Amino acid sequence: MAIRSLASRKTLAGLKETSSRFLGFRGIQTFTLPDLPYDYSALEPAISGEIMQIHHQKHHQTYVTNYNNALEQLDQAVNKGDASTVVKLQSAIKFNGGGHVNHSIFWKNLAPVNQGGGEPPKGALGSAIDTHFGSLEGLVKKMNAEGAALQGSGWVWLGLDKELKKLVVDTTANQDPLVTKGGSLVPLVGIDVWEHAYYLQYKNVRPDYLKNVWKVINWKYASEVYDKESK
Amino acid sequence: MAASTAVTANYVLKPPPYPLDALEPHMSKQTLEFHWGKHHRAYVDNLKKQVLGTELEGKTIDHIILNTYNNGDLLPAFNNAAQAWNHEFFWESMKPGGGGKPSGELLALLERDFTSYEKFYEEFNAAAATQFGAGWAWLAYANDKLKVVKTPNAVNPLVLGSFPLLTIDVWEHAYYLDFQNRRPDYIKTFMNNLVSWEAVSSRLEAAKAASSSA
Repeated sequence: MAIRSLASRKTLAGLKETSSRFLGFRGIQTFTLPDLPYDYSALEPAISGEIMQIHHQKHHQTYVTNYNNALEQLDQAVNKGDASTVVKLQSAIKFNGGGHVNHSIFWKNLAPVNQGGGEPPKGALGSAIDTHFGSLEGLVKKMNAEGAALQGSGWVWLGLDKELKKLVVDTTANQDPLVTKGGSLVPLVGIDVWEHAYYLQYKNVRPDYLKNVWKVINWKYASEVYDKESK
Repeated sequence: MAASTAVTANYVLKPPPYPLDALEPHMSKQTLEFHWGKHHRAYVDNLKKQVLGTELEGKTIDHIILNTYNNGDLLPAFNNAAQAWNHEFFWESMKPGGGGKPSGELLALLERDFTSYEKFYEEFNAAAATQFGAGWAWLAYANDKLKVVKTPNAVNPLVLGSFPLLTIDVWEHAYYLDFQNRRPDYIKTFMNNLVSWEAVSSRLEAAKAASSSA
């Protein structure tokens, strides 16, 4: 996730607003849209270039923009001690911050076939999947069933429960990050099942999208996260 | 208890009251073919399968909706039943050559309860634009007052004790083929070009009649 500290910019903005250089305040970090490590069309035919471009440049960008706005409003409310505005902003922060967090993971969860997309997981993660789900096919079947059954918008996840030291499959609604289902859950693979993730190509047939997305899932990245978080 | 009137209760996929291309260019034939022909059809078909052999079999859709809402802790048949109801209500909320400002009593009531049509337009627009994720925005009637309501996923004003008068579907499948991510453009197009104020007026009459006889 690309984070750019705009502390100095915030400082100048703060000066303009308060017209006093002697007040102390925090600069807040705002966010920018991370670049994709592959071209928009590189995941075809599993996911169309048209979808990738709109999904990244419009949907994810909107989450970033709105998250930054919410953070600036939050900063002001915190500084003023305006508790009710702070609380009121929580849903905008969850929606848009969650949208940014989830999509940043998603782009890393995907890779073109010529960069390892679709190659089954090896090593510790591969073994853990076999242990917990019987086989990769078993995991895929479970995630596809849960993803297809999700009503409305949301995500289906493969996660690591760091505390219980086991893999879990779970879903979240809207843009709730996986951690909202359990503080010790680390996302390994997330699949976006909001309609915007597949509609232009698969229309109402979400199961076809779910069947095909595995061809571009980047298990190398998931394995890295797993190895790091299961120490 | 709020009751719907115009939406059929027999698990039938009723066609919209106009041909599938009649709302062009504001809502494409392709959208209607998928939205009505696939999404709405699936809710109806799945509802039939789901209630077969259960105590809900043979009950009206309204009954199923009200009995499976369960104060928000939804029982399994809620989604299909409510979505079947919502979509039929949605097709009938639109008409070719629709949109714009209503007149007569409806306009008077909108002006009474929102101070102006423009304020209502803003509020309805905002509700539809800010319903995060999937859902619906509504004009509803309760306690002799008009109000704008937004609901998530399949929830509708029936379960909130109000009479629905108008709805816009803001699930992404409702607008993605025509507008992609541009939900605000879709909402404006709906308000300016598609709303059937005749349908809203007749629903309002029914709601008032039902309220006064309650």
